[in-house]
Amino acid sequence: MIPELGHFALILGFCLACILAVVPAWGAWRRNSRAMALAPGLAVGLLVFVGISFACLCTAFLQDDFSVKVVASNSNSLLPPMYKFSAVWGNHEGSLLLWALILSLWTCAVAVFSGQLPLLVLARVLSVMGAVGVGFLSFLLLTSNPFARLLPGTPADGNDLNPLLQDPGLIIHPPLLYMGYVGFSVAFAFAIAALLGGRLDASWARWSRPWTNVAWAFLSLGIMLGSWWAYYELGWGGWWFWDPVENASFMPWLAGTALLHSLAATEKRGLFKSWTVLLAIFAFSLSLLGTFMVRSGVLTSVHAFATDPARGLFILVFLALVVGGSLTLYALRAPAVTSRVSFEWISRESLILCNNVVFLVATITVLFGTLFPLIMDALGLGKYSVGPPYFNAVFVPLMALLAPFMGLGPTARWKKDSTRRWQSELAVPALVAVVCGLTLPLLNADYNLWVALAVTLSAWLVLGLLRDLWHRVRGAASLGTGLRRITPSYWGMFLAHLGFAACVTGIVATSQYNIEHDLKMSPGDTEILAGYEFHFVELAPVRGPNFVADEARFEISRDGELIARLAPQKRRYLATGQVMTEADIDGRLFRDLYVAMGEPIGQDGAWAMRLHYKPMVRWMWLGAILMAIGGFTTVADKRYRRARAPVAVPGAEGAARGA
Amino acid sequence: MIAAVRVALLSLLLMSAGALAVIETYEFSDPALEQRYQLLSTELRCPKCQNQNIADSNAPIAQDLRKLLYQQLEAGASDEQILDHMVARYGEFVRYRPRFAGATAVLWLAPFLLLAAGITIAVLTLRSRKVRTGEAASLSVDDEQRLRKLLGETEKNS
Amino acid sequence: MAPRLKLFLPLLIFAIMAVFLFRGLSLDPQAMPSALIDRPLPEFELPVLGQERLLARKDVIGEVALLNVWATWCVSCRVEHPYLVQIAAGGVPIYGVNYKDEDAAASRWLAELGDPYRLNIADRAGSLGLDMGVYGAPETYLLDAAGVIRYRHVGVVDERVWQTILQPLYRELVAKGEAR
Repeated sequence: MIPELGHFALILGFCLACILAVVPAWGAWRRNSRAMALAPGLAVGLLVFVGISFACLCTAFLQDDFSVKVVASNSNSLLPPMYKFSAVWGNHEGSLLLWALILSLWTCAVAVFSGQLPLLVLARVLSVMGAVGVGFLSFLLLTSNPFARLLPGTPADGNDLNPLLQDPGLIIHPPLLYMGYVGFSVAFAFAIAALLGGRLDASWARWSRPWTNVAWAFLSLGIMLGSWWAYYELGWGGWWFWDPVENASFMPWLAGTALLHSLAATEKRGLFKSWTVLLAIFAFSLSLLGTFMVRSGVLTSVHAFATDPARGLFILVFLALVVGGSLTLYALRAPAVTSRVSFEWISRESLILCNNVVFLVATITVLFGTLFPLIMDALGLGKYSVGPPYFNAVFVPLMALLAPFMGLGPTARWKKDSTRRWQSELAVPALVAVVCGLTLPLLNADYNLWVALAVTLSAWLVLGLLRDLWHRVRGAASLGTGLRRITPSYWGMFLAHLGFAACVTGIVATSQYNIEHDLKMSPGDTEILAGYEFHFVELAPVRGPNFVADEARFEISRDGELIARLAPQKRRYLATGQVMTEADIDGRLFRDLYVAMGEPIGQDGAWAMRLHYKPMVRWMWLGAILMAIGGFTTVADKRYRRARAPVAVPGAEGAARGA
Repeated sequence: MIAAVRVALLSLLLMSAGALAVIETYEFSDPALEQRYQLLSTELRCPKCQNQNIADSNAPIAQDLRKLLYQQLEAGASDEQILDHMVARYGEFVRYRPRFAGATAVLWLAPFLLLAAGITIAVLTLRSRKVRTGEAASLSVDDEQRLRKLLGETEKNS
Repeated sequence: MAPRLKLFLPLLIFAIMAVFLFRGLSLDPQAMPSALIDRPLPEFELPVLGQERLLARKDVIGEVALLNVWATWCVSCRVEHPYLVQIAAGGVPIYGVNYKDEDAAASRWLAELGDPYRLNIADRAGSLGLDMGVYGAPETYLLDAAGVIRYRHVGVVDERVWQTILQPLYRELVAKGEAR
């Protein structure tokens, strides 16, 4: 009964989405305010019904209703309850329902938090989001019904969730990722509304900025969790594989990063108007394209869903409608003339332009590299692979090119600045950065040029930020009042840039100083790696809720002092018989020690073991978290809140030159 | 990376793909060979897997290729010889780092061309903007005032 | 370029991409042509299945033939085996490469299920397989009279595969040989 209720709620949600897509848009066209005023209510209704539908699917999973097909193929009665819950989105149908739920969530949020928007704009924005909702809900209903039953023929027990997905990180990774993906639909909807209205002024940028920042922050967290999960769960010790599915999430992030910066210029200075609109379309299009790539089977990936060409065709048609439609609208309505707002070469605007060029080139390169095998195949030119060596070779120089300009960003003034001022402000940070770069890598045994470069650039970013912060604070009566005067918007930029520096340092240090050793070890053996003694104490059988395992117990010591006990496992899941490696990690701020089990060798209890020493690997994820916090912080800025209460006193944040 | 990782059913039947740490315990005569082994095994794609390199895959073919790689390294073959050897048998597909030749040259040149194009467009747009704003400075002031009114705030630094 | 037309550029790029994506839907990224198409069958020196006698490349070439890579551990090989017997009965020469298998098990299999092969090469370590770019059993190669590999089929050879793909190619090669 409950699954049917869910299905029914989904159909009602679909109907509401259809009305939302049509009626307020029609109202905006005919200037019928009654039709427009329906939009917020419809948005709330959409969330309610999609929410009911999602709750029904969750119930089916939690109650082990194996008559529902997705439950039978993705859950098992032995599965711990929290994984039964996450199994809801561990499959194509359920994850698509999650997509739809999150889209309704964002739609409803726009309806609730945008009371200050002119009704005309709000109606258009919600209609666009409703139209996107129609696409996804019809996709669900027509090709991927999550409530399809297995009647008759209900199995006694389910097939179990893929053991790879039975992990706490993977419970929150997809929702965060989708919050990011789908969040870009808000900026997209605002952009389309602006194009429809024909007024591409700074106001649309102001309205969509907080939404974009939040979506970007969620996406950063989502990608970070995915990378972290791959690191500890896949058992290979890698954290980024440039797999098409990873790229699918990374491309919207790159485009989103360009968008955030471009929006800043559009909001503050009325610049790059049509360019920013294009970026907003681009960022969301890449989210949709990612969905297509993951679910259509056009590209080979370790992470792809079980694929189906019919679904692929559906998404492609949807993609063509949304992207083709919005780009046509763009071509017809975007202002063709460059705006008359002026700025000098030496200015913050130019630096934002640099950011945009680098991030856009990065996005297109990742897109081209990801689709290249498909293009060659389609042209009949043979089968090719484009993998990490290519992407790394392209990405490292691009980011190295970005960093010098990025360090200038916070200090630079809008419209007109002077190189002389930059020199006097930043000569010391630049010098100190070079000194840091030359000396800090000496702390490690072998000096490495790449690390030296990364440290120099990161130090340049951090010192530039600190210099600027000091500049803002020093005029104040006390440090406290000075710091308090700084706007959340500035703090957001500060944290995000700091996070970027941490991330770069972590990535380069761990790639260059990583030590990996694969060897045969028997209980009692000791191996020394990077000064750490890995002592293999014993092998013990362990029993989990839905698996049995061999557990290798390690004691790690340094200079005779016990530092950590690690217990990697080799698990066999009972329902499917799948064998899984569970690595164990001793994670510290400056280094991770990582042990994973391979296969038993011979009969005398020896095992193949992988030992890793990974310096500063955590900096990468901490950096991503800082970036995300930065993104969230900007929303607290008064000028977005004031937007809700139009009568407010300007000037409080007059000093803000924020991000 | 998408969360819901699901290894296609087919591949489960053909080879037990999944998160198996693949750990080979080859003894190398020279640590430099081990380093080259680690690098090359991540740059060679397993021909019959999902998107995996031969270092990470547990498929029988990946095991064979690792062994071949190990033997060739110990036999003193150069990186290029080893890659050619693999390509002759399994096609260009096995190279995660496509050769710079013919059609793949486009792939390698694309980022540089894009960057050059991006910079050119940015510079040209800026130039034309400066020329135009030079002519219409008064309008620009109007525009900015309108903008500020819209934004409803006074910006200090300009 | 006129300013208006410039704005259509993103749409144009997207349209081109969409065409490729559409084409991609009907392509199989996993389907892999052999790297040895139109190349001679690699040299080898391996024993006959169950014997010590060594075979070389020259022993299996000379006429248009199929070369079937199989093993007893391979489930799909059991599926295609009866059909191979049928093809062989029709006069098509089939050579076998017993890939990474045990001779005893393979001989038992042939005794039980029938032997469609003219000769069976015992590739116990998979070295010939590696040289041929085999990545799993079953695979079936079509050799011309000069011993050049003309086609590879990965997976089960059944009636559909034989009649729509392999047999036409086989006939064409045979006809070419007779014309010469």
